[in-house]
Amino acid sequence: MGLCMTAAIRLKLENIVKEYPGCRANDGIDLTVEAGEIHALLGENGAGKSTLMKVIYGVVQPDQGRIVWNGHAVHVDNPAQARRMGIGMVFQHFSLFETLTVAENIALSLPPDEARNRSQLNQRISEVSERYGMELDPRRYISTLSVGERQRVEIVRCLIQETTLLILDEPTSVLTPQEVTSLFATLRTLSKEGCSILFISHKLEEVRSLCHTATVLRQGRVSGDCQPAEISASEIARLMVGDDTPISTQVTAAEPGETLLEVRSLDWKSKDPFGTSLDNVNLDLHKGEIVGIAGVAGNGQDELLKALSGEIRADAGTISLSGQNIQTLFPDQRRKLGVAIVPEERLGRGAVPDMSLADNALLTASGQGLVERGLIRSRRVREFSREVIRRFGVRCTGENSTAGSLSGGNLQKYIIGREALQNPRLLVASHPTWGVDVGSAVAIHESLVKLRDEGAAILLISEDLDELYQLCNRLGALCDGRLSPLAPTSELHIEQLGQWMAGEFESTEVAHAVA
Amino acid sequence: MELLTNVLAATVVAGTPLLLVALGELICERSGVLNLGQEGMMLMGAVAGFAAALSSGSLLVGVAAAIMAGIAMSLLFAFMAVTLAANQYAAGLALTIFGTGLSAFLGAGFVGSSIDGFSRVAIPLLSDIPVLGRVFFDQDALVYTSFIAFAVVALFLRYSRGGLLLRAIGEDPEAANANGLKVLLVRYLAVAFGGGMAGLAGAYLSLAYTPLWTENMTAGRGWIALALVVFATWRPERLILGAYLFGAASILHLVLQGLGWKSSTELLAMLPYVVTILMLVLLSWNPARTRLNTPLSLGQPYRPGS
Repeated sequence: MGLCMTAAIRLKLENIVKEYPGCRANDGIDLTVEAGEIHALLGENGAGKSTLMKVIYGVVQPDQGRIVWNGHAVHVDNPAQARRMGIGMVFQHFSLFETLTVAENIALSLPPDEARNRSQLNQRISEVSERYGMELDPRRYISTLSVGERQRVEIVRCLIQETTLLILDEPTSVLTPQEVTSLFATLRTLSKEGCSILFISHKLEEVRSLCHTATVLRQGRVSGDCQPAEISASEIARLMVGDDTPISTQVTAAEPGETLLEVRSLDWKSKDPFGTSLDNVNLDLHKGEIVGIAGVAGNGQDELLKALSGEIRADAGTISLSGQNIQTLFPDQRRKLGVAIVPEERLGRGAVPDMSLADNALLTASGQGLVERGLIRSRRVREFSREVIRRFGVRCTGENSTAGSLSGGNLQKYIIGREALQNPRLLVASHPTWGVDVGSAVAIHESLVKLRDEGAAILLISEDLDELYQLCNRLGALCDGRLSPLAPTSELHIEQLGQWMAGEFESTEVAHAVA
Repeated sequence: MELLTNVLAATVVAGTPLLLVALGELICERSGVLNLGQEGMMLMGAVAGFAAALSSGSLLVGVAAAIMAGIAMSLLFAFMAVTLAANQYAAGLALTIFGTGLSAFLGAGFVGSSIDGFSRVAIPLLSDIPVLGRVFFDQDALVYTSFIAFAVVALFLRYSRGGLLLRAIGEDPEAANANGLKVLLVRYLAVAFGGGMAGLAGAYLSLAYTPLWTENMTAGRGWIALALVVFATWRPERLILGAYLFGAASILHLVLQGLGWKSSTELLAMLPYVVTILMLVLLSWNPARTRLNTPLSLGQPYRPGS
């Protein structure tokens, strides 16, 4: 790292403090980023990464501390000023307009005089995107672009404004492995040209392969600085979570039994012209196994979950559970047959934020003797709810706290627990550990494996490949509403899975094996 | 031929108030704000325009007063719906009820008065074109104004940076804010433009179409304009088509009556409303195109920085 030792210091944060009511999000953080350095910012959800980014980008003002930019102390009042200084940021949730073209989106964030000549702007966009290996057609509508392409638009938008510090918030969470490789190539080129990059992530292997230095945050403080290539992923993880939390689950091998779920030639046409349709989905799921469905967001994961839960009725094909066709049944009828669903959005679909945990239990578990002759048995509801809280280690003040007051991880443990206590035969879980802290994620993984060992069949829809490889005994991927073949995890190379995520199924028919 | 020419010319006249108010509402809705107060703003424009023209003796003063009245009403709405982020549907309905009542109250003394309204001004050369000359270039000044307004709105939306800002904010105010765009300011301007156009449309009714004031003289045109904007899928080219279609149907029912058509006049009077909506429903079938032009945030209050 001789390069870094001699390079100029681009950004220096000294003792940044930012307090919100009831929580000190940043508690005296120091951070130094040199010119041309790729610097990782690591930490769990709630460790203070986002707040720190917002401070640098001028979205929020720090209560204390100094920001030094290229040797001068500065106040960043708002994002517009940050951009003028040369700080660009790509948020996890893109701020792009779907009904406008690439060029129009970029024009909106440029000063009016630079955006006036549209053909000149198109020229500039093409130049920048070519130079950094990010192919883009300025005339295309955002709605027709894949998530990876949208991210390129965001990055090109920053680069066109002569950015010297690029902040990327969890940029790889929406990409296929191949897209990640090409993004990293772009970032390395930028770094060689002297652009500094602040890379926020919780994927340790990526950080180890890409970043020169890393700063790890825990509970609003810096818990360590390191050169990630030189220490192991588990050492970094230790810095992130502290000493007393388990980092990973030991998963025993599955012992699949007879076939439980059979999905045959499932078709469903989306009514939204920009929505995803399901196209000839075939799937077998055995008792006592976890099957994983990988894929980039928006490729039909949500539609598949809804087709299985009964929220949408497929146009053609069959879904059968132990030989019984459940395709025409309503969600509550499927639930009675032992189908449990954990949707992606915890608040809003998995639970009602303003209702108590006990009332939320009632939503899906009413069949467990909680309702008799149309009347709610409140005592049993409370007991059931307390049982979930106790068995699944949900941290809350009791069954009367509202669902919205729980942290993401704790609410997810509650939702999984609520479904698990009903002894489902089939559990479909979508992104169960998305945005969940490491400790809760381990607990959630353990409950899924336990449920599997008790004989349930589990369909795990996730974008987290580590999670899928760890838990599942068979894996496949969804792309544009089509499901790839399913292959045993141990025989499926990640490159192959990446091709499936990108929709290249053809060359792989051989690998199709029903375990 | 003579009859056809006159019918077409009357069609343009009948479609003009609708075109004016709908162009204003189109801009307003493209910013993501749904203002159901069109009817109330039109009525206030009509009464203010008539009163000002009557007392000053100048039609231009009347038009200016009508536009100001429309803008004033719309700012009241904008304060509720944009600044206070109140429910846009409720605030718009309240505005219509308020405008209907207030205009009847203010106009009570003017019922029965009459003025010399706008008269036709033939444009040299252009008005000599057979049929089209009479239909489009031998009309009153406010009809010409509506042509200009149409061209300005269509070009503004398609080619200007302002139009781009408007479309972006209407689609996703959160993202617009993250890009440093002034969401509330743009929404205020869009609502005010809608108010001014509604006032102008009202003035057209009371100063040109039928130069007098009667209570509720807009006869639901504000509501038709709202439907027109939706079924025109927020595109000005379709809007002008729909407005003239409505004009044609409302003239047709007069012509049919004149020809001695034996049918209930109530049913015939319904014709323009039914025909316009039917045609536009048939035209707006293409979901992909509709989706590209629909302001996604329409009707949703936006609070910045939450």
